[in-house]
Amino acid sequence: MSLVPQGDRSRPRPRPHDLDAVVVGAGGAGLYAALELRNALGPEARIGVISKLYPSRSHTGAAQGGVCAALGNTEPDNWEWHWFDTVKGGDYLVDQDAAEVMCRDAVETIINLEHLGLPFDRTPEGLIDQRRFGGHTRNFGEGPVRRSCFAADRTGHAILQTLYQQCIAREVLFYDEYQVLDLQMPDGPGGRVSGVIALQLATGELHAFGARAVLFATGGFGKMFKVTSNAHTLTGDGVAITWRRGLPLEDMEFFQFHPTGMYKLGFLLSEAMRGEGGFLVNGEGERFMEHYAPTMKDLASRDVVSRAIYQEIAAGRGIGGQDFVHLDVRHLGAEVLNQKLPDMSGFIRTYFGLEPLTDLVPIQPTAHYAMGGIPTDIDGRVLADEAGRLVPGFFAAGECACVSVHGANRLGTNSLLDILVFGRRAGRAMAAHLPDAPAPTPDRDAEAAAAATVAGLRGSSGGERPAVIRAELQEAMFTGCGVYRSAALLEGCLRSVRELRDRAKQLAVEDHGLRYNTDLVDALELGFLLDCAEATVESALARTESRGAHAREDYPERDDVHWLRHTFAYRDPDGGTPRLTYKPVSVTRFEPKPRVY
Amino acid sequence: MEVLLRIRRANPEQGIEPHWAEYRLSAEPSDRVLDLLHAVKWHLDGTLTFRRSCAHGVCGSDAMLINGRNRLACEALVKDAGPEISVEPLRGQRVIKDLLVDTEPFWDSYRSVMPYLVAGEVPADGRERRQSPEERARFDDTSKCILCGACTTACPSFWSNPDYVGPAAIVNAHRFIFDSRDTAHEERLQIMAEADGVWRCRTVMNCVEACPRGIQITRAIMEVTAEIAAADRG
Repeated sequence: MSLVPQGDRSRPRPRPHDLDAVVVGAGGAGLYAALELRNALGPEARIGVISKLYPSRSHTGAAQGGVCAALGNTEPDNWEWHWFDTVKGGDYLVDQDAAEVMCRDAVETIINLEHLGLPFDRTPEGLIDQRRFGGHTRNFGEGPVRRSCFAADRTGHAILQTLYQQCIAREVLFYDEYQVLDLQMPDGPGGRVSGVIALQLATGELHAFGARAVLFATGGFGKMFKVTSNAHTLTGDGVAITWRRGLPLEDMEFFQFHPTGMYKLGFLLSEAMRGEGGFLVNGEGERFMEHYAPTMKDLASRDVVSRAIYQEIAAGRGIGGQDFVHLDVRHLGAEVLNQKLPDMSGFIRTYFGLEPLTDLVPIQPTAHYAMGGIPTDIDGRVLADEAGRLVPGFFAAGECACVSVHGANRLGTNSLLDILVFGRRAGRAMAAHLPDAPAPTPDRDAEAAAAATVAGLRGSSGGERPAVIRAELQEAMFTGCGVYRSAALLEGCLRSVRELRDRAKQLAVEDHGLRYNTDLVDALELGFLLDCAEATVESALARTESRGAHAREDYPERDDVHWLRHTFAYRDPDGGTPRLTYKPVSVTRFEPKPRVY
Repeated sequence: MEVLLRIRRANPEQGIEPHWAEYRLSAEPSDRVLDLLHAVKWHLDGTLTFRRSCAHGVCGSDAMLINGRNRLACEALVKDAGPEISVEPLRGQRVIKDLLVDTEPFWDSYRSVMPYLVAGEVPADGRERRQSPEERARFDDTSKCILCGACTTACPSFWSNPDYVGPAAIVNAHRFIFDSRDTAHEERLQIMAEADGVWRCRTVMNCVEACPRGIQITRAIMEVTAEIAAADRG
């Protein structure tokens, strides 16, 4: 697909909207930012949230197990221990100043969510209840700690609903079912951002949203993999648009594979199932995590557990010699399964027809979370380069952003914490930015290019079905850029991605209509996924070490001398090999050490 | 296994009247109806239109009428739905295109019940408000709602009177009416007591059968009704 065609200025212009701030994406990060903007600017400010879904459909709602904060409600805890766990969990690629902010802000942020109405589970004393989660320890790694705050096993649902509800109460403007297409950058490459262009799905009309501050909170891009926990709609829209604008993407090679995806389906069975006492067993009925992580066992960090599963399978110890192992939760009993893990138990019953009280559950690692994304500072301001230059008016938060607080591997629960802490901080920073920001100017080139892209795709009669190319991409990425990687695997994967990119220039879009043309949306999303995949594979190929979720069979060791640094990838404007540069990691407190669980 | 999938299709924009379209597909028993819809859209007819996102029953996008019952397409398994499967758009809402309906009135009803915590004082020590596990349990069931619309669009009272707020909105009012932290109890009860509020329920209980989350909706409605009566007496 042609990415940014030169537009014909004779077409009708998109319908203009004059807002103060625009948030793209209505998950936890976007909604919290909108709330903060409203709180800071008052009822007169025009704050718009654009989402391709109704907000309650956002993927924040699928998060299960909890969100960590060192409240210390059930046993002693300390935010500095949480900070250490985050840095270690990220295999020391975490920017420690950013993780410090996240873990310290966590406590006040969780309390604020309670005040906003979030229905946390409670202790007998009426405090927010807390439970164990992978990689979270007391006293700098001594053993598991109860740090995860939760609402049964639907914590994300509770967060999403609470924030949406409060946005309704404060009359935030919602533009539901609008597909974002581009940023408005009237001053050209590297200049300020002054709005976005979006396609209204209900009418097929283009809209130009002018604003002095734009936040991308568009989520992840797990749909580039065959087996994934991600929703169909997680196609990296904001990440790809940023990349096409010549801005860098940071640490794209780090993509987390969650160990307990439902076999073949990819949906997640929460780490909370292991937090409550569940464990993994191989085809010989053995609890194998003891051999890989003697202290934390099944609650070691996710990359460690996922690799252990792959090694068991490779050694022929999968179930019946196949490519999955079992999760055993039978001993947890009916009360825990039905009251603390009701949704998980329901998934097992609905999709496998199994009874978690009596049956073992087949699981395999599933593509889950992008550690990389649009580089930002600790207030969501987007970086234009590795030297720290900012893009005026442009902000990003949540999974689409890279602060970086997750480094090479994110700890369980820290994704919810990331969207909350940095969504909120981005909202405040946007509010602070507005008074001195210049009035938005329309970007006529972006308007014309968006119109040309949509007109070109709507009813285009090439021979390639988007779904076929997407399926080939997902297969290539899952085998070539998955849990284990090598130069040979990655080079093969890169060839596939490039070939698919060429084929995607001849897409077939059968639906010629204006209203809810989801065939057109499929084509647009495929283009976004292809860009995200290219940035991911190129970054992975260059990093000749193993760190966190990036495990190279040909470079099995972590190499702090050469690779304790972040990747910044820039798209080549002519479609050639992306340019890669690097940025040092911020190490303020914890010197890199070997990572043992 | 072979499946005959019958989809009620329409496209007012193109002047295509409602009609049944039939597709013969090969499927695994463990496939979901959503997989079948994708098989049609991705490989046979790109114009087929429906909403979906998470595909595992938590986002609430893909409620539709499957074999005459409101279900989430991502939760209905082929082995249960059978070798002949019919799929139609939810009833009581304007069809925009195929299985995609106009949900704006549904969201208007949701917003009309003040679906947000109206907070009282927060503790001076800056910590969380206390709420006992028993107080928290009081609204646990209704906090599970994913706003898919299956209940409201299964309700005969809603079909005959589209101004009825419907079971989904009452469920979301219940979630706050029975939250010990909320201070807008009276206001919300007044909204529920209006002519198109809770009294329109005729306890047909279609909603309970339709709810993919297993929420005891009729019980929630009766609890709201009882609370209104108690407030009147009080």
